[in-house]
Parts: sequence; structure tokens; C-alpha cells
Amino acid sequence: MLRQIDGSFAVAEAVALCRPEVVSCYPITPQTHIVEHLGELVKDGHLKGCEFINTESEFGAMSLCIGSSSAGARTYTATASQGLLFMMEAVYNASGMGLPIVMTLGNRAIGAPINIWNDQTDAMSARDAGWIQLFVESNQEAVDVHIQAFKLAEALSLPVMVCMDGFILTHSYTRIDMPTQEQVDSFLPPFVARQKLDPADPVSMGAMVGPEAFTEVRYLAHYKQLEALELIPKLAAEYDAIVGRDSGGLLKSHYEGDAETVVVTMGSVIGTMKEVLTPMRAEGTSIGAITVRSFRPFPKDEVYEALKNAKRVIVFEKALAVGLGGILSSNIRWALRGTATPVYSVIGGLGGRPITRPSLRTLFEKGVKDQLEETHFLDLNLDVVKRQIDREREQTGSGPAAENILRDIGALRAAKTA
Amino acid sequence: MGQAEVITPMYSSKDYKSTVKPIWCPGCGHFGVESSLFRALAHLNLPPEQVGIVSGIGCSSRIPAYTQCYGFHGVHGRALAAATGLKLARPELTVVVTSGDGDAFSIGGNHFIHACRRNVDMTLLVMDNEVYGMTKGQPSPTTPGDWDSKIAPGGTGVNPFAPMAVALAAGANFIARGFAGDPNGVAKILVEAIQHPGLSFVQVLSPCITYRPEEKFWKKTVHPNPVAPTRDPAEAGHRLLSDDGFTTGVFFIGDRPIYTAAVGVGEGSLDEIEEHLAI
Repeated sequence: MLRQIDGSFAVAEAVALCRPEVVSCYPITPQTHIVEHLGELVKDGHLKGCEFINTESEFGAMSLCIGSSSAGARTYTATASQGLLFMMEAVYNASGMGLPIVMTLGNRAIGAPINIWNDQTDAMSARDAGWIQLFVESNQEAVDVHIQAFKLAEALSLPVMVCMDGFILTHSYTRIDMPTQEQVDSFLPPFVARQKLDPADPVSMGAMVGPEAFTEVRYLAHYKQLEALELIPKLAAEYDAIVGRDSGGLLKSHYEGDAETVVVTMGSVIGTMKEVLTPMRAEGTSIGAITVRSFRPFPKDEVYEALKNAKRVIVFEKALAVGLGGILSSNIRWALRGTATPVYSVIGGLGGRPITRPSLRTLFEKGVKDQLEETHFLDLNLDVVKRQIDREREQTGSGPAAENILRDIGALRAAKTA
Repeated sequence: MGQAEVITPMYSSKDYKSTVKPIWCPGCGHFGVESSLFRALAHLNLPPEQVGIVSGIGCSSRIPAYTQCYGFHGVHGRALAAATGLKLARPELTVVVTSGDGDAFSIGGNHFIHACRRNVDMTLLVMDNEVYGMTKGQPSPTTPGDWDSKIAPGGTGVNPFAPMAVALAAGANFIARGFAGDPNGVAKILVEAIQHPGLSFVQVLSPCITYRPEEKFWKKTVHPNPVAPTRDPAEAGHRLLSDDGFTTGVFFIGDRPIYTAAVGVGEGSLDEIEEHLAI
């Protein structure tokens, strides 16, 4: 059924169609609307048989998920940014124990400085936590991928994080084709836990493992993620057969055929990019784009296949590994190891900075001429950074950097002088 | 007691105010609390640069930006831990933690208990509006269990947290409650709280008229403590457990020794170290 709803509502309704048995939540912008709407669906009787509980913190929320998933209940939660960081110990615990929890991450920057707006730093902080991480480009895809996520998680007994850009997706109203309950039921069978706490067959979960077997248990988790590389496209095809929509998968190529320059990115920014790339292509520039949908597991062979004929690759990402540069681009370089293909790393959109078509156009025009630095920061005001660097060199007590920079750009009035 | 001292007024409330305009909703109780805090600091004649105001996350936690004192805006729930570090490193500073019922009692509940237990000389000012305001209206630990909301359909079904009783049990050295609608009363309590050694806990009922509009009527519900503060924890416990949650005033004034960080044994002579380690 076609609906005009915001991304958070759409995700909540998709999750409800998956019949979760336990939903735990703690509010944090920009995902609060998702769990609030699930609460409404429980209250009005649309979502039956679901224990819905508001906890005292994100750490509590994920720990509760670990308990309920261990008891064999289909379990869901959502968080963002600082919330993910605060629950991180339990995040590792959930994957280490192989519990098929599904969590939405409404991608948001990490502080300090405090910032509630969108980038993907939060997801990157959990990239090695053992969770499957799927990135979506639109709210329609968010709906479809959440439904696939439950099946994927339960098939492998691994947790899945569905990453959607905060505000840009969570807060925008778009047209959504919502699958029917019958379609979802035929795609997603009831959850049968691979491991569960059962008084009839007592087991101990969370056993301590020493050096004698720790490597093997971790390798098993790695092996299962590699299995997901085969399962993710299979589930996307199954879903397509039932719902009639190609959503999910490992990566998506947005234009037919090879191009000399290929842009690689994740998440919703591809929407703006296509508005720049399509006219450039029409003008004769050989440029294409792919989006990585499964970041963990990382589909390195598929990425290689998609990029092997490119003359250059421009990786655009909304996250920064401070002291290294790009994170996605480092992964792309790994996929292209042994080739001489230049991979430009572009960092943009941090802390919600708008990614505009003119900026992208300039970026791509430079990129196709190999005029980009190895690591390029989109729309960076380097002058203001240099002022702070000089200040720190000249003054021992130069003060809080963030406040100084805000003053320099005129966003904060100068403090009263005594 | 602060009121009895002779004070040369060198500062006024506005000396503690920054140029950043608060973004609280019109009618928010926090305006009154902020004004009480600045009034108390002025009354105590504290130079702004000798005061550290530490917060976590939430509407209440915006205050460090609104003050000319040292402001520290930390992560959610950790204000007390950060403030403990600040006070230990700079014991001469007056440290006030400005927090809310979400920041102090749910996500930061663990630090609340242990800060009271540790009894570092600082003041914890909790603006309690019985709701998460910044994330737009979810129940906090002090919200009545039958308050219906999207995130807790039909209410949480859980008894509200009793912060003053918990503070007493955990070892806070000064326990009081104020009402944001009585800025003068809150200022007086804060003067006492700041002056009293150890961890002073002040709960201020601060209405959130946006998400809990019924709290407008708190001004008719609050009533002053009819009895003087006690120094007896058992008596304070008895009073707190039978309190309706709307009594304002100082409940408990304790005399526990304040926390001082352990001194390294390796700093003295061998004789001193042996004496220190003697059983």
C-alpha cells in the first residue's frame, strides 16, 4: 500500500510487520520517533504479543535485548550516535554471543563537540564490533532492508544494524510502498532460536573462553559474516520475488556499463549525487557510481568486480578516521589491492554540513582530471583551522578549540570582557 | 550560615550570565533555577572564575553555556564523575553540577549514588521536571508510573524514583528541595548547600510546561517544610519516606567528613611510609 510517511514511521511499521516479541528503547535524536511509533502500535493493538519497554539508558536497552534474545524472543531496538557508544560494551557482547538482534542506527555525528546532526561516524565506531552493518539509501529501502535484516540475523544467529542517515531519512516524508502482512509473513518465518535459555535443556551462555579457544570463537564470527556475503543477495532476491522490489544486496551500481571514473559512497547522499552525475554523463563525462549497501561484511570481491575497469575511484564518505583519513576508502583500497587504480578519499557532510550539488559538481570535475588530493575535505574552511593552529602555537592557554572556532566564524558572540 | 555573614557585594547576578541566550521554552522552570543559582553565587560573593558549573545532557544541562563561570558540558549522565575530577584537581573552586532527572537519575543514576557516598565537597542541583524534555516528552525515573506517553504506552507502571531518600541512604551530606517558582527560596537553599561541606544535593521541582503542562499547578501543590532540618539520618529518613514529594526546604544537614583523595605513600621518608603502613 502506498503511504506518504516519514522515515521513522516507515521503519517502525516495517519492524511491526516483522512481529518483534521484545522492543526495548531509550530516546535519542534522531531515532526517537521510531521507538515512539512502535509504542503507539503496541498501544493501539496493531502490534500484538510484543513486550515494549522503555529503559534507563542505551546500555540498559542493549543489555535487555541480550536477555530477551537469549530467551528466544525476536528482539529489536534503535539508537544513534552517543547512544551507540554508551551501549558499546553490550554491542560487542551481543555479537560475540551470536544473538540475532536487529537495531536501527539513525546515523548521527559523535561528540565532542556536541552535535545532533547527520554523519556516519557512529556506524564507523562499531564497524569492527561483529555486527552486520547494512546502509540504506532511501526510506523505501529502509523498510525493505529491515524486513530482510530479521531473516538474515536469525539465519546466521548474528545481530544486524541497519544504518540510515539521521534527519535526511528519519525525518523526511516520502512515498513508501509498504509490504502487506501476508507478504512479510511469507518471507519471514517465526523465529526459532539457535541457542536459548530453556529450563528443559539448561545451558550457560556467555562462557569465559581463554587463549585455548578465543581465536576459534572469533574466527567463527568472521566465518559467519563471510557466509552473510552469500546470504544477503539471496535474501534480496527472495524478497524481490515476494514483494516485487529490488532492495538490499551487497552493493548497487547506479548506471549501466563501465565508466572511467566511479564514485563510491554509502547511504542517502547518492540521491544528491545522481542529480549531479546524470547531467555530467549526458554532457559526455564518463562517470558512474556505486553504493556499498553491506559495509560489514565488506563485499571486497564484488567491489573489485565493480571497479576493476575504472581508471580512478572517488570514495565519498561522511566519516573520518582521525589520523588516517577515509574509512570506507581504506576498505575500497583493500578491495583494489594489487591494482594501480588511484582511489581518492573525500570526506564530507560531517556533523550535518549540507552536501550541495555545486560542491559535488566541482569535486567531480576535479576528480575526473585527477586534480584531487589523496584525502580531500569537501568545503573545508581551512583558514579558520589555521587560525586555531596559530593560536595554539602562540598561546599556552589558548582555550577550548571548538569555542574559539565558533567565535572566529562569528557563530558565537565574543565573551564579555571584565 | 551564609545569610548571617557580612558580605561586601562585589558581584550581582548578571556577572554570572553569559551572552548566550537560553533556548528553553517560554515558561520553563529552568529560567527560575538559573536565576536562583546566579543569585546564590552573587550572595556568596564568589568570583565567576572561581566557580565551575558542570553538566551532562538535557535541557537543564544547557546552563554551562549560559554562564560566565567555568562551564563544562559533558556527556550524558557523567556530570558528577567529571565534576569529581575537577574538584579533586582544583579543590579551591566551588563546583556546582547542574543536572536533570534524566541525566542524574536514569542514565547517570550510578554516579548519583556513588557521588553521594564519596561525599566530595560540591553541590548537585537537579532540575526535576519529571520528564525528558530535550527528546520531547518521555518518562524519566521521577515520572509517575501512570503517565501515558508514546514510549511507555499506558505509563511505565513503575514507582517513581525517590531521589532524596536515595541520596540520604547513599550518604549525601546535605539534602534539600526547592521549587523553581520560588527563586528566592531556591537561592537561599543553594547558598546553604554550597557552603555546607561534602556532597550537597538540591532537588528543584522545575515545571516543564511543554510536555507536562499539568506541572503548572505545582505552585499550588508545593508547601514549606514545617520542621527544621535534622542532623539525624534516621529522623531524616523517616521524614523523607512519609513526604509527599512537594515539601520544600532543607531536610538533612549531615556532618560526615568530606572526601579527600588518598595520598601516595611513596612521597615521605622510609619512617613515614612504615608508619603509614603500620597495622
